[in-house]
Amino acid sequence: MDWNIIFGQALTQGFGVQAVIFALAAIGLNVHFGYTGLLNFGQAGFLAIGAYALGVTVATFGQSLWLGVIYGLIGSVIFALLLGVPTLRLRADYLAIVTIASSEIIRLIVRSVTYRETFGGSDGINGFASEFYELNPFSSGLALGPVVLSANDLWITVVGWALVAVALLLVFLAMRSPWGRVLKGIREDEDAVRSLGKNVFAYKIQALVFGGVIGTLGGFVFALSNQSVQPDNYATTITFFAWAVLILGGAARVFGPVLGSVIFWFLLIFVNIALVEMVRAGYITFLTSTQVGQIRFILLGLSLMLLMIYRPQGILGDRKELALDAR
Amino acid sequence: MVIGTRARRAVLLVIAALVALLGPAVTGLSAAHAADDLVVQGVLVQADGTPVPGVLVSVTSEGGFSSSGSSDADGNWAVVVPESGAYTVFLDTTTLPEDVGLRDEERNPLTINLLTSSRTVQFPLGEEVDGGSQFFGRAMQLFVDGLAFGLVIALAGVGLSLIFGTTGLTNFAHGDLITFGALATLVLNNTVGLPFLVAAALALVVAAAFGWAQDAGLWRPLRRRGTGLIAMLVVSIGFGIFLRYTYLLVFGGSTVQFADYSGQAGLEVGPVLITPKSIIASAVSVVALLATILWLQRSRKGKASRAISDNPALASASGIDVEQVISRVWIIGATLAGLSGIVFSLNNGVNWLQGFQLLLLVFAGVVVGGLGTAYGALLGSLIVGVLIQMSTLFIPPELKNLGALVVLIGILLVRPQGILGRADRIG
Repeated sequence: MDWNIIFGQALTQGFGVQAVIFALAAIGLNVHFGYTGLLNFGQAGFLAIGAYALGVTVATFGQSLWLGVIYGLIGSVIFALLLGVPTLRLRADYLAIVTIASSEIIRLIVRSVTYRETFGGSDGINGFASEFYELNPFSSGLALGPVVLSANDLWITVVGWALVAVALLLVFLAMRSPWGRVLKGIREDEDAVRSLGKNVFAYKIQALVFGGVIGTLGGFVFALSNQSVQPDNYATTITFFAWAVLILGGAARVFGPVLGSVIFWFLLIFVNIALVEMVRAGYITFLTSTQVGQIRFILLGLSLMLLMIYRPQGILGDRKELALDAR
Repeated sequence: MVIGTRARRAVLLVIAALVALLGPAVTGLSAAHAADDLVVQGVLVQADGTPVPGVLVSVTSEGGFSSSGSSDADGNWAVVVPESGAYTVFLDTTTLPEDVGLRDEERNPLTINLLTSSRTVQFPLGEEVDGGSQFFGRAMQLFVDGLAFGLVIALAGVGLSLIFGTTGLTNFAHGDLITFGALATLVLNNTVGLPFLVAAALALVVAAAFGWAQDAGLWRPLRRRGTGLIAMLVVSIGFGIFLRYTYLLVFGGSTVQFADYSGQAGLEVGPVLITPKSIIASAVSVVALLATILWLQRSRKGKASRAISDNPALASASGIDVEQVISRVWIIGATLAGLSGIVFSLNNGVNWLQGFQLLLLVFAGVVVGGLGTAYGALLGSLIVGVLIQMSTLFIPPELKNLGALVVLIGILLVRPQGILGRADRIG
């Protein structure tokens, strides 16, 4: 077993494009849950809309990739309105149920045989990312100690972290504005905010749209980094990962999702590769290397439970600032 | 009190030890099975159970493998394949008798993905009938299928709704209780070798114990700590992921049929084809649901549980032992969910993810009926079940769950408290 390689790969993933995707997804969730107290369990749907908007616009309709970006943003606004209008007047868990169901429905539609011509069925879509990689200014990759990236990987990673920075700046500015203070007020006590004459429903819808659009940016990065879109990549697992990232880093903190994402991916990959190597070296005999992949989901479930029970504020958060006791 | 907690801990430890012991035994078995030949097989029977012999079925792969087999006097056919992978199964319709046709022409050829175990492929056969009466017949068939499916959802939904009513917990791990009942039956029936009915009864006992242990070991301590409801919702999601992937780790990813009653010929009742096992399973479901309703209406604990749903503080102040009632509700909820899994798997086989996939429909049923009301859950589930099945008259079957979501969103727009819910619970 070569710990240097294991450490290097974990580090590559921890600062790589995976961490970017989930940081964006979790920044969106942070706007929903951390700042406004909305239980969105359909973040996978927002990512899928972004990814499929790129794939369908280019591969199916032969339009420009940048038009796809615009369609994706419009699509995620519409999706947020569809989710929000029926549920945001109701108690928090209705939104949870409707969002998780809707994101699954999106996946069922895009992977169906019926719409195969448009969405590519269960094989998905590829060959749409060339317009993006033609802009790549890097002629060679990066080799920084154990961290190794190809030129294309470097390009998407840099663009991804730039998007994260923009999203963080937007969230930071929004949350210190009067608008953001109303959102926090809604999280703390909806009725109090309503009694001050604020339209709580409208603010919640705006928050859902804002966070959803940031999630869609994550979907763009996901699609471009894989250079393909596959429906089963957008299952509820993504949503649950993003929740784990958010709670680990600390909800209602601007940098919480980013810190959470880096640590989460570093640990996940580290545990995964270390276990696989230990199986291969014969230290662990009761598992096969495919079962290691399942072990990491078991650990994900356990850590989500334990974090929520013992440290719901995560690494950066402030326990007093979380609307965890609202019914 | 101290002794009571200790005894409970001891029981939990024993259960954990049992799971740990059983786990490797089960994985060992499935590994041994994988070493055998991989077979793609099936039985060709008509709607009335008459076997259809002499039909040619060919199996091909993209890798160039090609082989075929024809059905014997009992309608059985089998093709041995060399390795796991994707295969195309094609039934040569020209070898069918003249008066027999495929019920679903679109499912021929079929592409299957063979993983580690052999696979049964069904080609439903029947007489070819003309358009007009076919629509009515199909509608009737789907209505009956829908009711049966609605009962499956209702069994899980009533438990979900009771737990929500008494504790306020939106339990996202409820679907995995459904899978738990089915998996327990599978182990007892296929691995231990007990007859199916004994296995199912024992599995329900295990499911009840699991429900009790879950409340005693996880949810009650959380309630004592004063953990908020939203935090508990997230905990239940984490617990659900933990359970699902534990199932996957121990039992593998394939869909497995119970050893008994897996292939059963249907009975024709008017235009409707229904298997005896479905009739019996639906009857058992109805009895279980009626028993639950009687419990809620007549027994002290049942009445107490309704009182707690109405107003926990007042119920507690009137001398009701809230924790004891909640424990009872968990036992009942988990047993009903386990039964739901067994009934579902009789026709669909057991799969590690089935409960989670059903959960979204259970939520739809429960919300349509009214979250927190047991009767509402029952009504809503039946509506959702029938609607999902009957929607396949007009939309492709793979998109049928979309109907459930449309109804869910529709009801939230028009009557958010659900059909039988009370308005003051939702705001």
